[in-house]
Order: sequence, then structure tokens, then C-alpha cells
Amino acid sequence: MIAAPSSGVNLHMFNSARLRIIGRRLLQAIPVIVLSTFIVFGLLKLVPGDVAVTLAGDNASDQRIAEIRELYGLNQPFFLQYGSWLWKAMHGDLSNSLISNESVLTSIQRCLPHTLLIVALALLTALIIGIPLGIAAATKPGSWIDSIVMAIASLGVAVPNFWLGMLLVAFFSLQLNWLPATGAAPLMKDPWAALSHAILPALALASGGIAEVARQLRSSLVEILSSQQVRTLHAKGLPPSSILWRHGLKNVSVNLLTVVSLLANRMLAATVVVEAVFAIPGMGGLIVNAAMHRDFPVVQGVVFAMVLIVVTLNLLTDILYSVLDPRISS
Amino acid sequence: MTGVIDISAVPASRADATAHVGVSPQPLLEVRDLSLSFATAKGALPITRNVNFTIAPGERVGLVGESGCGKTVTGLSLLRLLPPQSARIQGDILFNGTNLATLSPRRMRAVRGREIAMIFQEPMSALDPVFTVGDQISEAYRIHFPVSRAEGRERAIMALREVGIPAPERRCDEYPHQLSGGMRQRVMIAMALICKPKLLVADEPTTALDVTVQAQITDLLRSLSERTGTALIFITHDLGVVAETCTRMITMYAGEVVEDAPVDDVLTRPRHPYTSGLLRSLPGLSKRRGVLASIPGRVPSPSAMPAGCRFRARCSHAVASCAQNQPMVEIGNGRSARCWRAPELLLPGAVN
Repeated sequence: MIAAPSSGVNLHMFNSARLRIIGRRLLQAIPVIVLSTFIVFGLLKLVPGDVAVTLAGDNASDQRIAEIRELYGLNQPFFLQYGSWLWKAMHGDLSNSLISNESVLTSIQRCLPHTLLIVALALLTALIIGIPLGIAAATKPGSWIDSIVMAIASLGVAVPNFWLGMLLVAFFSLQLNWLPATGAAPLMKDPWAALSHAILPALALASGGIAEVARQLRSSLVEILSSQQVRTLHAKGLPPSSILWRHGLKNVSVNLLTVVSLLANRMLAATVVVEAVFAIPGMGGLIVNAAMHRDFPVVQGVVFAMVLIVVTLNLLTDILYSVLDPRISS
Repeated sequence: MTGVIDISAVPASRADATAHVGVSPQPLLEVRDLSLSFATAKGALPITRNVNFTIAPGERVGLVGESGCGKTVTGLSLLRLLPPQSARIQGDILFNGTNLATLSPRRMRAVRGREIAMIFQEPMSALDPVFTVGDQISEAYRIHFPVSRAEGRERAIMALREVGIPAPERRCDEYPHQLSGGMRQRVMIAMALICKPKLLVADEPTTALDVTVQAQITDLLRSLSERTGTALIFITHDLGVVAETCTRMITMYAGEVVEDAPVDDVLTRPRHPYTSGLLRSLPGLSKRRGVLASIPGRVPSPSAMPAGCRFRARCSHAVASCAQNQPMVEIGNGRSARCWRAPELLLPGAVN
């Protein structure tokens, strides 16, 4: 009850209540990580075909195949295989690719920045375009602005992002020649090239996000602006601008955060398709390739990395929830 | 922001005006022929018709009636808080001579909170859950007076102390959900009175509270009104509260004012059959162990208002000529009732 900070602002990032939340979430993350990697491991074992046969090459003898099984531990019991993978993963060793023998960690380090850049850019775009649209629609519900925004939102949800990606390439790359059509550039070495490569895929990925942000923001703002608490603000003599920007947005920020966090998770998954359209060597390409060649360690490693990212994002979301809404931390 | 309303016309000691109801030379608030309607798909739906009343400076007036009789919308319309897209206001709302009904939105905002404040039924939903109560109270002050954040906070703490909140320095930094229902309503009152408005509209401020807390809030409102000279419009269906708090009672029925009288007079001898019915259905004030009186029937719907006296169908004194339109009948002693039989009827009140 009396955990209120003395400054009057709820910005003590790590007070005891919040630390408890973080601790609880971290504990909850452990079974999530174990379970998800375990399921993927199991699914990969169900995939028909034998990687040892593939690795042994054409016309290999049975003995050679058995040797390869022995070498990679493929003949061990299922639980033992998973256990040893998990044990090594916990110590930072994601083992090597069966195909290229490259360390899985190195592959991920190479591919992840491309994917993260696209997702971050797409999220940013969704917010920068979606928030003003949502606010414009909410301040005048039922007006022509509202109708247009809602039409854009429906369109954004309906358009498949791979198709939008192709349209963007056809127009901006092939016709106008403004931006590169495919590929990626390393962010650290050449930030401008990296950005120009990432813009179109990010736009393709952002279309659904823009719609989602605009729609959710509109509906929660409309609800808040017609609420009794806002009637009190009018009764105090507050101008509509302060009501919207100070009170309205702070009240809907929790809803917006939920949308953003769901979007981030969904966009991470959607990169698989977008990366294929734009031929970007990101995590999506990595996992698709590995799965097709039954390169178990790579698939496992990518899933592991993605799960870690999602768990971290969700943890961050939970912390922000308690910062934005004082009712959550107490 | 201030200075919209001429305050020089109001005497410094407003409290003494309560003694002479209706004698005050200039009323603080004069509502003239206020009619409200809501725009619907089927056209305008009239909610209230020709509401007339005046409030003297410092006067405490109870506005009573059943649910749906137009009390709350009348209160909201004084501050023009009804949704402007759908609510249509006709008539005049003269506050210190300024007609609020035609004021520009900007100048209306200068009146809200500064000259006329309002508190609501449910303090939890009326407060912003993501701001501390101190923030919300000091904001109410800082809208109208350009003071620093620190001074706003000091004022908020003072206001909290005045409404009887213990440890106001600490409470100031708490959020509405950390307070009890009674505390929240005290916060609302502190927020409403921080600019020392001349009129406070309290819309059923105790209805959502525990019975034990209701009396505290009622007492607080009365004592603050007495001390600061703030006039009070107490919208309620609790006639007991009106009897304790107010000096005058205005009864509304089906969108019309049906009776306007000093509280003591109306309690002993109501002049409108509806007021009499309300008073007799009070459990606390009626005879013990008797059958609790009730008014038969229900309030007519706004879309199907009967012609003539709107209470006719439920009235045991109704006669043929009640089918004609009923004007307010002056009875003397500052009383009037919307019943042509008012002078002749001898109606039972709550106390004898």
C-alpha cells in the first residue's frame, strides 16, 4: 500500500515491487526456454530422413553412416541428445553446423543484426505512422478523417506483406531506382548501406503494424476521451489539448505497449517470409535453409536465440507496464 | 484566464445571504427556461423543459427527484459538460450576469473549476488512475493560476488537509487506487474547492459510498460551504441529506421543476403531490412499523411525455383539469409548485 515514492513521480525503475516482478518473470522464463527448445528438438527428430545419410554422401557404406552417427552423437537416446545440447547451450556452446561445420553462434551473430535491424525499423515505422493516424481518428470519431484512417487500417491488415514487398521493390527499386532491391549490408561497417537495404523490407513488414497501432490507439483513446475521468478534467477547466496529450496518452500507453510487444513478436516471425522476398541473409533465411537440410544444431540454435529475444522483450514489456500504470506494481 | 466573471458584485461575506432566501439583490446563478434535448437518430429527444431556478451566493440547494428526472443533466449543463455533438441547450444560464449558455468554449473553460466546480458520483472513475492525487489537485489549481510546480504541490497538500485527509504530505503522492472510497471523494472535493469557486455542483456525491462514510462527506460539504461561502447545488435522491445540508429544495419530475421551497417548509408541508410522495417514501423519517409509502407507477419516458401535468397518471389528487399544461404557481414565502391545486391541497410531509 505505502510503497509510493516520495518524489511524486513513479519513475523509480527498480524499487522492490518491480524487482520482485522481474525476478518472477525470469523464473518463469526458464521453463519457457526449456520447453520450447525441447519441442523443436523433438519435432526435428520426427522429420523423415536421416542427416547421417546426407552427410555421408552418395554411395556411402553402412559402416560409414554408423561412424557419422557415432561422431555426432546421433545414435544416443533422444533425451540424452537433448540434455547434452541444453547443457552445452547453457555454457554458450551451440555446437557447429552439420553441413558447413561453422559454429552456430557465429552464424547467428552474422545473421541476427540484419533481422533485428528490419524488425526495429518496422516497429519504428509502425509507431511513427500509426500513432498520429490513431490520434487523428480518435479526436474526431465519425468524421471523414476517422473513416479514412480506418480504411487504411483495414487495408494494412489485409495486404500480405510479401506481396507488398514485391510491389515496393517493383516501384522503388526497379522503376525509380532509389533503393536496392535485395540483399543487406553489415550495419557496423556501412550503416547507410545497411539502412537503405533495410528500408523496403521494413516497410513491407510494417504495414500490418501501422494498421494495428492506429486501430488500437483509436479505440482505446475514444474510450478514454468519453470516460468519467475525462469529464472531471473538463470540469476542472483543462483545455482539450492537455486532456489528450497529458492524460489521454498516458492512460492508453499501457494498451499501446501491449500492441507493440505483440507486434515485435509477430514481426520477428514474419521476417522469415520478408527475408526470402528480399534475399536478406538474416535469421529467417538461416533457419529455413537449416531446416531443409536437417541441420539440427543450426535450427536449434536459431530457435534458442529467438526464444531468448522474445523472453527478453516480454520481460521489458512487463517492467514498462509497471512504470506506466501504478496499479500494476502495487 | 480569470476576470471573465465580474466578482466585484459579490459581497465579501456571502454566508449571510443564506439567511434571506430569495431576498439577495443579485442571484449568483439564475437558470432561465433551460431546456435540454439530445440529438438521436429519430430527431431531438427533449430531456428537460423550461427549468427555472436561482441560487443566491453561499446558498445550499438540494436538487431532488427520481432517477431519470433530469437532475444530473441539469447539473452537467450548468458547466456545459454534456457532449456538444448531441446535447442541445436552450435558455439562459446567468452566472453573475454572464450567460454561460452562449459563452465561447475558451471562456467557458475559465469558468470551469475556477467559478463553478463539480464533483461526481463515483470518485474512483472520476479520478485519473495514472496520476497521483497531488498531481491532479495541483493541476486543477495551476490551470487557473500561474504558479510553480512546487507551489501547486503545497496548495494541494493544504487542500487535502482542509478536507480532513490525515498525513496529506504522504497521501499527496499516492494514486487513487491506494485510497478508500471516502478518501477519494475527499480528494475530489479538495480538487473542486482548491480554486475557491463560488458554486459547487455535487452530483450524488455520496451514492457510491459506504453508509458510514456518507454522513462524513455530507458534513464536510456543508461545513466547507459554510466556511468558504461557496454555494452548493446538491443533486441527490436522498432527501435526508437535503434536510441536513440544504436551505432550499428543488424537486424535479420528468424533466421539469415541480416544486421550489425552503427545506423546513417543504418537509412539513409539501405543495406538490410528487414531493409529498417522495417525502412519505423516506424510511428514516416516516412512522416506524408502518407500511412504507411508495408512489405507484413510473416516470414517463422522455419520448412519450403526456400532455398537461406530467405527474397526473401517478397522482391520487388528479382531476380532469390536470390535463391542462401546468405552470409554476407562486404560493408565497419564496415557494412555488407546478400544480394548480397547490394552494388548496393539504399534503402530508415527512415531519409534522
